[in-house]
Amino acid sequence: MRKEANILFVGVGGQGTISASNLLSAALIELGYDVKMSEVHGMAQRGGSVSTQVRYGMSVNSPLIEKGTADYIVSFEKSESGRWLNYLRADGTIISSLHEIRPYSVNMGKEVYPEEILLEMENRGFKVISVDANVKAIELGNAKAANMILLGILAKELGLEEDILRNLIRQYFKPALQEVNLKALEEGFSRAEVQTV
Amino acid sequence: MTGNEALARGAYEAGVHFASAYPGTPSTEILENLAKYKEVYSEWAPNEKVGMEAASGASIMGARALTTMKHVGLNVAADPFFTMAYIGVNGGLVIINADDPGMHSSQNEQDNRYYAPHAKVPMLEPSDSEECRIFMHKAYEISEEFDTPVLLRTTTRVNHSKSLVNLEDRKEVTIREYKKDKLKNVMTPGHAQLRHPVVEERLESLRHYNNASSLNKVENNTDNLGIITSGISYTYAKEVFGENASYLKLGMTYPIPYELIQEFAKDKREIIVIEENEPYLEKEIKAMGIPCTGREVLPVCGELNPEIIREAFFGGEKKEMIVLESKSPTRPPVLCAGCPHRGFFNALKMDKDIIASGDIGCYTLGAMDPINVTDTVICMGASISAGTGMQKVLDMQGDTRKKVFSFIGDSTFFHSGITGLVNSIYNKIPLVTVIMDNRTTGMTGHQENPGTGKTLMGEDAGNVDIPLLVRSLGIKEDNIKVINPYFQDEAKAVIKEAKTATEPFVIITTEPCALIKEVQILRRNSFVEIDQEKCRKCKTCVRTGCPAIYIKDGSVFIDREMCNGCTLCYQVCPFDAIEKKGDLVHA
Repeated sequence: MRKEANILFVGVGGQGTISASNLLSAALIELGYDVKMSEVHGMAQRGGSVSTQVRYGMSVNSPLIEKGTADYIVSFEKSESGRWLNYLRADGTIISSLHEIRPYSVNMGKEVYPEEILLEMENRGFKVISVDANVKAIELGNAKAANMILLGILAKELGLEEDILRNLIRQYFKPALQEVNLKALEEGFSRAEVQTV
Repeated sequence: MTGNEALARGAYEAGVHFASAYPGTPSTEILENLAKYKEVYSEWAPNEKVGMEAASGASIMGARALTTMKHVGLNVAADPFFTMAYIGVNGGLVIINADDPGMHSSQNEQDNRYYAPHAKVPMLEPSDSEECRIFMHKAYEISEEFDTPVLLRTTTRVNHSKSLVNLEDRKEVTIREYKKDKLKNVMTPGHAQLRHPVVEERLESLRHYNNASSLNKVENNTDNLGIITSGISYTYAKEVFGENASYLKLGMTYPIPYELIQEFAKDKREIIVIEENEPYLEKEIKAMGIPCTGREVLPVCGELNPEIIREAFFGGEKKEMIVLESKSPTRPPVLCAGCPHRGFFNALKMDKDIIASGDIGCYTLGAMDPINVTDTVICMGASISAGTGMQKVLDMQGDTRKKVFSFIGDSTFFHSGITGLVNSIYNKIPLVTVIMDNRTTGMTGHQENPGTGKTLMGEDAGNVDIPLLVRSLGIKEDNIKVINPYFQDEAKAVIKEAKTATEPFVIITTEPCALIKEVQILRRNSFVEIDQEKCRKCKTCVRTGCPAIYIKDGSVFIDREMCNGCTLCYQVCPFDAIEKKGDLVHA
């Protein structure tokens, strides 16, 4: 497993970036790593752009990731990773949902939705793993489980044991939600190396 | 644990008996977490002043008491805070103040460290979650040993960052005996004149304590460079300078430990002060005659981070920015799909004769595109009182065409809106006050309030009836309208009536926040859909700003996962192209 990493979870307020990073942090703590995580609450949560940062290793000082030092960007919405691209290392990986949330400015034609953004990132030499997380999560029974698909892909990339996360899902989620989240996690693990843009 | 979870844990372990606070980002989760410990009585107060005074009362009666707030909350609570500095404590009294550098969710970025010298109260600043927990223990020890309230100051990145925490058992502390002591507890001028010198002596004792306190840490790695820092800035400094600097990390930043600083600085070739926002420590250190660098290179505006420090002290080439042709669209916060506030705003957003005085809460977003209703937002509760001033000026100018509407949520109304309404009644100002009662404290994440019927600890509560309260203050019955904000015809009729009112007028909207769990369950199968054959793509529905409505490949769609059937778009569609589906709640 990777001994240290900086991970940015980005998305749109309400998509579950905090719960995914909570679960990852809990797993990393269980494995004995020093972990720091930083999240943003309040007004930004209301449908705006949001981010959560997780840093782990033997010893971590600052909870904030500096530009050019993120190993992974996990994006819950197709265009959001673009906003944070300058935080990614040149050899970093983008794990992105293909789910699109179009803001008002796009709907009114004042801005254009960047349909090809993931392809462009790949062409720039970044590793991009994309997944239609929302469609798959709805198939599995709950759109909100999309975050576990993305977490599964990230965990596989990090070399994190699936069982640790499975146990945490059983601890953290209500019984009614455990199965769909476990299935979503499994889906993520199985997608990790298959899917490209 | 997050810093907030650790602060709650620390309070629990320190034997706190009583906690009272008003929610405010980034402090809200402290009390939410403390409420999970049934050994502690925790309550939401209607505002920070009440929270501070309730905690003060508990302290006077001998209990260990806590109040928490965001930075601007301490402005509200400043009056009792300053006087409690004179009175001191019986049971320990700690005030947690959470600043918000960078204004993630605030209207200003005031640096509340200055409140400590201003009120003459000792201040602690933890750097991470473990220190949050330990400093709570220390804060109560200091409070009781020195007979003083203690300010524990955090910032967003301490409150909302997670790091590892060790746990201890709760230390059961007996509630101290209460003895009547008028000279100490009744702050008449005569008594206060006696207390002020006591406060000054206390500060000197505290300074002496701080010079030797274990709250401060010295890490000597080199004589070349010494860094003096505190709070979250310490972690940033360590990240950037690592072992190439020595550190004086101050855990207690008021009273300033002059001797400790002298001792640390005396053999260092260079001293740097790393702190966020104001040069609070730096000015003190410079005044001591110690040359140091800080504000010359670090910004006073915005949140600090390792990158800024790196650039400030090492400069060098800036990293090349990656610029994609694909631009991520701007994504400001918006009112949620099915938000009742959107319904009411939509009913009046075309009326340019309405001047809207806004307030702090989700409905602050009434200022954003495409609603664009709100003209001004100052601070908690200001909508109504500022509205009285605005309406009075219209009246003075004889302008009967324009009308001021004040918009305020239920929790903010209880916080500090009521007195503004009293002003409109007392001074006969024909202001229209819209109380957007969504049955919760929305923006901070659904806290109970005096109108929701539940306490912080989940028990049934006394319930303040807003229409009855407004009536009892003196608003005439005919001038109080309680409406469902989703129904546009009803809302528009009431707005029209309100615009011509010659007396104070109150509109109360009563639909709950669409994100409340029970509401979500109720509306689970409540939604609308666009009939693509009937849709003429006029975008009238899009202009409501509902985030569930989107355009892809030229066609308009409604996201089934987001829509909860508020029917606003159904009502505004000029071509009847939107169909009601499922079991609509607002049929």
